[in-house]
Amino acid sequence: MQSTLIRAGRIDMDAVVVRNLSKSFGKGVGRRDALKSISLQLPLGTMTAFIGPDGAGKTTLMRLLAGILTPDAGEIRVLGHLLPKEALTLQSQIGYMPQHFGLYEDLTVEENLNLFADLHGIPHGMREGRFAELLTMTALGPFRKRLAGQLSGGMKQKLGLACTLIHPPQLLLLDEASVGVDPISRRELWSIIQQQVVGQKVTVLLSTAYMDEAERCDHVVLLHEGEILAQGNPAQLAAPFQGHAFVLENVPTAPRNLQSRVAQLTGVVDTVIQGDGLRIVMQEPRPPVLRDDLAPFGTPKAVPARLEDAFVSLLFRRTPRHLIPLPTHRDTSQDDATVVVVKDLYRYFGAFLAVNNISFSVRKGEIFGLLGANGAGKSTTFRMLCGLLPSSSGTLRVAGVDLRTATASARARIGYVSQKFSLYGSLSVRQNLSFFSAAYGLENRRRKERMAWALEELELKDYTAMNAGSLPLGYKQRLALACALMHEPSILFLDEPTSGVDPLARREFWARVNALAAGGTTCLVTTHFMEEAEYCDHLVLMSLGEILAQGTPTEIKDMVRRPDLPKPSMEDAFISLIEEHELTSRRAS
Amino acid sequence: MKVMRLAGLMRKETYEILRDPSSIAIAFVLPLVLLLIFGYGVSLDARSISIAEVVEHPTQLTASFLAELQHSPWFRPTVYSDEGSAEQALMHGRADAIISLRSDFTRLSYSSGSAPVRLTVNGVDANQARIIENYVNGTWLLWLQQEATRQGTRLATPVVADTRVWFNPSLRSRDYLIPGLIAIIMTLIGALLTALVVAREWERGTMEGIMVTPVTTTEILLGKLIPYSAMGMGGMMMSTAMAVFLFDVPLRGSLLVLFSTAALFLLTALGMGLVISVLARSQFVAAMIAIVTTFLPAFILSGFLFDIRSMPEIIQVLTHIVAARYFVTMLQSSFLAGDIWSVILPNAFGMAILCAVFLGIALFRFRKRLD
Repeated sequence: MQSTLIRAGRIDMDAVVVRNLSKSFGKGVGRRDALKSISLQLPLGTMTAFIGPDGAGKTTLMRLLAGILTPDAGEIRVLGHLLPKEALTLQSQIGYMPQHFGLYEDLTVEENLNLFADLHGIPHGMREGRFAELLTMTALGPFRKRLAGQLSGGMKQKLGLACTLIHPPQLLLLDEASVGVDPISRRELWSIIQQQVVGQKVTVLLSTAYMDEAERCDHVVLLHEGEILAQGNPAQLAAPFQGHAFVLENVPTAPRNLQSRVAQLTGVVDTVIQGDGLRIVMQEPRPPVLRDDLAPFGTPKAVPARLEDAFVSLLFRRTPRHLIPLPTHRDTSQDDATVVVVKDLYRYFGAFLAVNNISFSVRKGEIFGLLGANGAGKSTTFRMLCGLLPSSSGTLRVAGVDLRTATASARARIGYVSQKFSLYGSLSVRQNLSFFSAAYGLENRRRKERMAWALEELELKDYTAMNAGSLPLGYKQRLALACALMHEPSILFLDEPTSGVDPLARREFWARVNALAAGGTTCLVTTHFMEEAEYCDHLVLMSLGEILAQGTPTEIKDMVRRPDLPKPSMEDAFISLIEEHELTSRRAS
Repeated sequence: MKVMRLAGLMRKETYEILRDPSSIAIAFVLPLVLLLIFGYGVSLDARSISIAEVVEHPTQLTASFLAELQHSPWFRPTVYSDEGSAEQALMHGRADAIISLRSDFTRLSYSSGSAPVRLTVNGVDANQARIIENYVNGTWLLWLQQEATRQGTRLATPVVADTRVWFNPSLRSRDYLIPGLIAIIMTLIGALLTALVVAREWERGTMEGIMVTPVTTTEILLGKLIPYSAMGMGGMMMSTAMAVFLFDVPLRGSLLVLFSTAALFLLTALGMGLVISVLARSQFVAAMIAIVTTFLPAFILSGFLFDIRSMPEIIQVLTHIVAARYFVTMLQSSFLAGDIWSVILPNAFGMAILCAVFLGIALFRFRKRLD
């Protein structure tokens, strides 16, 4: 009763008031301003999304609002409490889910819930009801006694959310809660969050890299390098860009070639492959002019602008996009040859079957995508293909070499960009390149040539002397790519290269992969971003170590096309294929 | 502070201890292995010292002395014909010492006050050299006594020392090394336990999660201190049992005093660990700091191996901030002498001050903040 009274009394108040807030980290030359004098006012009962490229200051802002960072200057008032002085009082009224929410992995689902109930002082009598409610909401009921460490990525995230909701908070702070989570769990997470907003009138602040999530919020704040570039509701933000967005429909097969050519046209801010069409965002409210060989693709149709267009266009004004030119010549030898063959592949870890009888093949110059949730077996398959992990049984041929007998000679022909940042952080860009070319055994003259090529092609020239560890994330990725390309591999493996990367850097990265494939390099990519699957020529959809479906993006989407779903997205396809698979496997068992 | 929150944190910690073998390894396996290695490996007793004997003019008397050396368990004598070859043996490490009995040995033994025995010791290892010197002296005196009784009092004996060793009559160095070793081991596991588990919470991101709950710093710290004190006491009990039953170290003091002082010391060591965890947020760094700032000083400055009184004065002052110093003294007296209150009280007082300082720093510096 009391809490509702307090809530009623504060209904016209603001949940968050921030004035001239600044925060920096480090000292001297290493000093970095995370937030530069920002001001914000967010009303109670609303849902706000913080969006922006990496390093924009989203996480810092979240942590300041949760009272676990001290501001350098400015005033923060959250739910009427002045921070950081009244942090302890505030912390009993909010729920906060950090980016890498650390559950206690050695505790079961129930023990984790009990711990957070203890910390929030929930009386024992009230717990059972609340637990039951939360476990139903998160569909974690059957896993009550399972250790948190043994849950899948999506389930962990849901449990994390349940832990922060144990004590019904007045304000919920979610820092990239859905990053690295498969589409099904993402949907479930969102339905829980929305239940809180609608049913419990909870104020929600979240940061996200997904524009469709931001679009569902009442208020969106676009951060860039510690400043607020724009804020308002999604429609307000998109409004100035109405008339800038166009779609080329019914694009023939392999839309990515068309995409990279359209991207070169003047006045184009952004191009995205979407379904069977190509979405184009222009700098001015004028359609792109398609001349010569582009003319047969028809005239672009105007479509309403959306939040993502605003995001890209606003950032485009700040830092113009890098144009990645397509290679002028192409290695045409052995075109259409099969370069990777996987047949009846199994991999066990103890009794656990991580990869269960998979077969596929990849042709030269293709972009080949492995799609799936965390724990689907993508990375394990990749490591076997790179010769980093032996298979339990099955055939593996890469670049014509059997990996069971000749790992070393296959490795000389492949490049590998791993999931995590695997460069030497305290070496400079030039030193990293030099080290990797030495590791690949390039002799002196060729090493010089390749290093010059890498600095030129991947636009790293301005950063040669900078330490890899202090590069911006997008540049780190370019450097990682450069290092993997030093020995001119014919096959490139990219393991979740875009995980945790903002939409802009993701676009740039894909443009590069596209250019590489156009030059004749075969690229194998794993990802859990469904829209990225559209860039691939061929796809394999994995779940729990098995292949659910394979084919071109169109073929896969066709599998789930129904009268009530005439234009399925890749995400729709993924969700219904997995649900179907789970149903059949449940029936079988 | 709220009992429910503290109980919740302690319950969580207990589950983690039971399910994650790493802290059990620190509390039980580490002392087990260290005690076995050091207990059997470190000994300050010299055994089978190879000794080179040079006799210029052999007589019945020199033969009798040499036989005494031969029979001693400490020596492995080899006879060399002249000084030169004996010195060669010493140079090449085949001999640790040279005993030379000069030609006038017999004559002088009967007439003047002292017989001319020259002992040359390899002084590279000063400790070993001193031990050899003492042993040879002891053997010499023993032989003189025996000769005196056998021949009447015709031998000119110098002052004969009547040695009686208190507290450790068999002079086994193990008996005072093991209690000291327990102190060193408890320092290491105490500091490692808390430093590592708090760093682990930072690494896994669990700390950020519980920070944004109404939990207070005191509760977080107590939630670590109490379960790991229990763990550490378990390790202490195991070490004591090993000392008494495996290494036959006598335990003359009461168990109550022994474990009370151990509890106080453990609290100090855990406090050091908490102070480290305020500084280090990765397990690797925490472990390095713990070893360098607690284990090494405890090893060198606690008086466990090296007598504090023979250290330079400034270092002597410095040893007062090494908690193990007090604990080594207390343990040695507990095991070898009994409950000596004049030893226990001042040392316990010193430890209590350190304990308060460390826990105070941890409480004052540990913040629910990321910066």
